[in-house]
Amino acid sequence: MNRKQKNILIRILLTAALMLILHPLPVEGWVRLLLTLIPYLLIGWDILRKAILGILHRELFDENFLMSIATIGALVLGQYEESVEVMLFYQIGELFQSYAVGKSRRSIASLMDIRPDFANVERDGQIVQVDPEEVEPGDCIVVRPGERIPLDGTILEGVSALNTSALTGESLPRDVAPGSDVISGCVNLSGLLRVRVTKPFEESTVNRILELVENSSLKKSKAENFITRFAHYYTPIVCIGAVLLAVIPPLFLGNWSEWISRALTFLVISCPCALVISIPLSFFGGIGGASRAGILVKGGTDLESLAHTKTVVFDKTGTLTQGVFTVTEMTPAPGWDAGDLLELAALAEAYSNHPISRSLRDACAHPLDLGRVGESEELAGGGVITWVDGKQVAAGNARLMNHIHAAFTENSRPGTIVYLAVDGSFAGSIVISDQLKSSSVAAMKDLQAQGIRTVLLTGDSEKAAQAVGNVLGIDEIHSGLLPDGKVEHVERLLAAKPPKSTLAFVGDGINDAPVLTRADVGIAMGAMGSDAAIEAADVVLMDDDPRKISLAMRIARKCLRIVRENIIFALGVKIICLLLGALGKAGMQAAIFADVGVMVLAVLNAVRTLRVDHTSKNSQA
Amino acid sequence: MKKKLKIDVDCANCAAKMESAVKKLDGVTDASISFMSQRLILEADEDRFDSVLKEVIRTCKRVEPDCEIYL
Repeated sequence: MNRKQKNILIRILLTAALMLILHPLPVEGWVRLLLTLIPYLLIGWDILRKAILGILHRELFDENFLMSIATIGALVLGQYEESVEVMLFYQIGELFQSYAVGKSRRSIASLMDIRPDFANVERDGQIVQVDPEEVEPGDCIVVRPGERIPLDGTILEGVSALNTSALTGESLPRDVAPGSDVISGCVNLSGLLRVRVTKPFEESTVNRILELVENSSLKKSKAENFITRFAHYYTPIVCIGAVLLAVIPPLFLGNWSEWISRALTFLVISCPCALVISIPLSFFGGIGGASRAGILVKGGTDLESLAHTKTVVFDKTGTLTQGVFTVTEMTPAPGWDAGDLLELAALAEAYSNHPISRSLRDACAHPLDLGRVGESEELAGGGVITWVDGKQVAAGNARLMNHIHAAFTENSRPGTIVYLAVDGSFAGSIVISDQLKSSSVAAMKDLQAQGIRTVLLTGDSEKAAQAVGNVLGIDEIHSGLLPDGKVEHVERLLAAKPPKSTLAFVGDGINDAPVLTRADVGIAMGAMGSDAAIEAADVVLMDDDPRKISLAMRIARKCLRIVRENIIFALGVKIICLLLGALGKAGMQAAIFADVGVMVLAVLNAVRTLRVDHTSKNSQA
Repeated sequence: MKKKLKIDVDCANCAAKMESAVKKLDGVTDASISFMSQRLILEADEDRFDSVLKEVIRTCKRVEPDCEIYL
């Protein structure tokens, strides 16, 4: 309990004690009113103050105002004890609520607490413990077993296993050795590591994740906005209802004090706390639970769209396939040697970051002499044209060959074909193929079992796309697409999707930013390092397991279901209580207890969102 | 200019009311208050950020006298 809560608790206890003393006293009328005012003001002064401030600032109709009107009304009607009791119960309810909500809020927040407290940095041969923010790139840090890696870096010395579960939800430890890149937020399990820091704390993975999760509750969902709008109309309507209840029936039936007291009860019941608290708490819990599973959702809105997803569009490379390409075949044109062909291709693509270029470089037996490489131009969706040894080397797909008017022999092997032309004449082709991820089949089955339409969009050749599509049973395949072609297809699919459903695009973040932004839900995977993907996507998968997509959708649907349950439950109980109050069947004390009860149940229900069910994932693993 | 501030606010409803009041202020481009993470994100004109921030704090105090904003 914090200071404020303790304060209230003391006031509650004192008031209760005073009421017990006051109750048997044989005084009536004015004396009793004056004596009652002591506990009344003790328990309710802050509420009266806020109500008066509210009136002064034209912030009418909040719960302080309601409580003040109701209790002052009770005092005027001569119901002295009731008046104090109502204030007392209200404060007990508020205390309980602030305690319960504070506790759930903290327990969710602690789930996401992956912030490292310190870094052991080497300075002048000494190891000093400092705040991670004080460490600069290039510094050397020491991470002992059991400690959290504070900043992103590269291992200089030491062999160990890392627990990445706080980041990825993956429980299998990852082995690391000198030269491996390590990510902040992982826990070092076994050996002592010396790490050279590569990024300052602000840019380190752990800080980026924390920022993302922290900001997620600021991006409000439709349901949350609905509640705000709802409260905006609801309170005045209830107040008008109460006034009518106090005035209209007694005009015909008489008995003013009875009806005014019912109207006051009506006012007390009307406070919409359960709704207002449980909805954001549910979303916060859902986002927290997802982040534990290695799924970062940027906001409540994204969780909502994810729950309504009926179409999932996939990028192929790096998303469904491993994105690790290997050169499997070389077909030099007459007069060319296979080794030269490969070397030229690797040199031409020396400065490209595309996975295909990397595999060409990896396939070369000896290191490349970058001095031979001149000016280079990348043609999106085509390939590159680079000057090597003063010759124009074009390396890319069939479209590039047509573009430079080179007469080439088509290669019909499945996989990605890199055609090579030197000074405009065809030099041969290289086949590079990529393998499916082992979890892709299970991921796809899982999605299709949920009735989701799957679409594959790829820049790759039709044969490679078909090969993947057939194994996975994808509903719709479009191949040979440029980045803007992907956007066009996504736009067409967005127009054609079933009403009220949403479309998700899943990519590995390389060249996907426009599509990620265009789709209702952009999902970027394997984003432990890529800033662009984290920026553009709505949902970020920390590892590259495609099964996380359906897991994310399940979490989202569960969260939305809990939100709906809470809305219906809280509103339902509220309406019943309002009716009972209006009919004089429920007193103020009962009304407040009902209110606190609903609130607590709704909060407990909201906390359920934290529990992430992995069963489907495990059964197919 | 965008700034993230830690706040201390007791109820979700108050946070929502504070947010809508702050958003209406002159000079505030955008504002968002999260009850859950107890954060206020304020986006306001760069050249008079400090005076806008003062006004924001005054407004928050007006809506919810119990709230606290840490600079």
